[in-house]
Amino acid sequence: MATRQTQGLARLMRAPAIILLFVWMIVPLCMTLYYSFLNYNLLNPTMTSWAGWFNYQYFYTDPAFFEAIRNTLVLVLGVLLITVVGGIAIAMLIDKPIWGQGVVRILVISPFFVMPPVAALIWKNMIMHPSYGVLADVAQFFGASPVDWFAQYPLTAIILIVSWQWLPFATLILLTSLQSLDTEQMEAAEMDGAPAHSRFLYLILPHMARAITVVILIQTIFLLGIYAEILVTTNGGPGTASTNLTFLIYRAARLNFDIGGAAAGGIIAVILANIVAIFLMRVVGRNLD
Amino acid sequence: MGQITLQGVAKRFGEVEVIPPLDLAIEDGEFVVFVGPSGCGKSTLLRLIAGLEDVSGGRILIDGADATEASPAKRGLAMVFQSYALYPHMSVRKNIAFPMKMAGVPKGEQDRRIEAAAKALNLTSYLDRRPGQLSGGQRQRVAIGRAIVREPAAFLFDEPLSNLDAALRVGMRLEISELHNRLKTTMIYVTHDQVEAMTMADKIVVLQAGRIEQVGSPLELYHHPRNVFVAAFIGSPKMNLFSGSVAAEYGAQNIGVRPEHIRISADSGKWKGRVGVSEHLGSDSFFYVEDTGLAETITVRSTGEVSLHHGDTVWLTPAEDKIHKFDKNGDRIR
Repeated sequence: MATRQTQGLARLMRAPAIILLFVWMIVPLCMTLYYSFLNYNLLNPTMTSWAGWFNYQYFYTDPAFFEAIRNTLVLVLGVLLITVVGGIAIAMLIDKPIWGQGVVRILVISPFFVMPPVAALIWKNMIMHPSYGVLADVAQFFGASPVDWFAQYPLTAIILIVSWQWLPFATLILLTSLQSLDTEQMEAAEMDGAPAHSRFLYLILPHMARAITVVILIQTIFLLGIYAEILVTTNGGPGTASTNLTFLIYRAARLNFDIGGAAAGGIIAVILANIVAIFLMRVVGRNLD
Repeated sequence: MGQITLQGVAKRFGEVEVIPPLDLAIEDGEFVVFVGPSGCGKSTLLRLIAGLEDVSGGRILIDGADATEASPAKRGLAMVFQSYALYPHMSVRKNIAFPMKMAGVPKGEQDRRIEAAAKALNLTSYLDRRPGQLSGGQRQRVAIGRAIVREPAAFLFDEPLSNLDAALRVGMRLEISELHNRLKTTMIYVTHDQVEAMTMADKIVVLQAGRIEQVGSPLELYHHPRNVFVAAFIGSPKMNLFSGSVAAEYGAQNIGVRPEHIRISADSGKWKGRVGVSEHLGSDSFFYVEDTGLAETITVRSTGEVSLHHGDTVWLTPAEDKIHKFDKNGDRIR
């Protein structure tokens, strides 16, 4: 397997796939980089000219820009917090042998199969709607006035919807990790006199560290690009209260037809994603060793 | 103190009775081995004593106090598991300290006990390693260390040596026996290996299908097996069992003769046969004699070097006073 000859052959055989993947990634990135330095608007495509750093300056001075970055981070962290904590809790509950375990597990996993715009519409019209949503009925039952979620707490509402969608993923990964926990270890801890909360803190949580890391890293990749849920519920508003960086780029490209500005936003988003990635790898990445 | 008494202890899993009610008394300081074929309920019995399984009936007394309903931690017993069950993300030191940390033992006392245990078990230079960096034998010692520091009333061992290779197993067997001699604490040891049982035990409990077949010292079991099962199970190689006319000659349904109680000779004897496989170990030779018309093969053990080879005709003579006789229920005829 590891002779020089087979290694060379293996490298040769791998090359097409690797080159294709590399080109696939580098060409769009370079084009985006190139566009970000152009004055290029689809309303006036013939008037394309070199813009220098103007698009970046424009994006940077946009009052929505910093709010969008803040919203992006709040959205990612909020969803991560809810899904990891909730995922651990649900995984531990459905790990116990109960009657109807198979059905319960399928029910828990099912939100993951609903596509994001559909899920967001259901939440918008059937659950969080101030007059005919379920939550409004619940509020009225207790004599409180219904909350208009998308007007009063737009970002919180979106965090809840996205969390609902990603909770099954976290639960599934954490459940498999939990199932691989050695039962003799737990019994040993029980004999060692460790009460339930100590067993959780000293055994279960360290055991799940790797799975939690996987959940955090994979979810972050997808959560940085949340878009559909915002589009169908708040459309980024009120004002820019629920606009994240992805949505801001969409606004520049599709509402203002400003390709140059959107490309600059895209490059900024790539840089932000890398900062988040480096930060995450520093904090939790060592669990993957 | 570590006196454990089982009174009518039974275990059922649903409809299946794994352990019918049984009584057993284990004296303080005894080394008791539960031995039996796999699936005989010996591990279940140990887990009942540990409190990891609930009894379906009967009472468990530890030092005279009823511990049937007590949680595993409250029984004052320490267990060494087959898989060692070390905590993989903690260093050896933290593994050993864990039960003391849970019991709220002061830090200084913890360190003192860890040092003592590490010294006794030759673990001092490994204290800061993780279990994953240790060999099987070392992990086994860490598991024992974790049990020792709790200063339990009794140690429970659940097939602790079955994951080790043959050479290490012999070494650990001696270490555990040595530990027992030093600590003088009650130990209950589960194994399916009758050699471990014979070499380590003060008292062997032979189990089959959840029933206690016989309780006694190793030599008692060897010399006076109470029934055919114990006779066949204890001793290596296995006892030769005969039925039919040979047994009837002795007025029994079955008779048994241990391989070491049959004399093998090339020219004269009682039973005629042909040598099949022969194993020469230097100190002993084992012959598997076929075509005797009495049993499929008869195993014969002979000390020293005997020059007999495959296909040779031989004569076998059992030592008359060492023949075990059993009636039609399989019980020993006295």
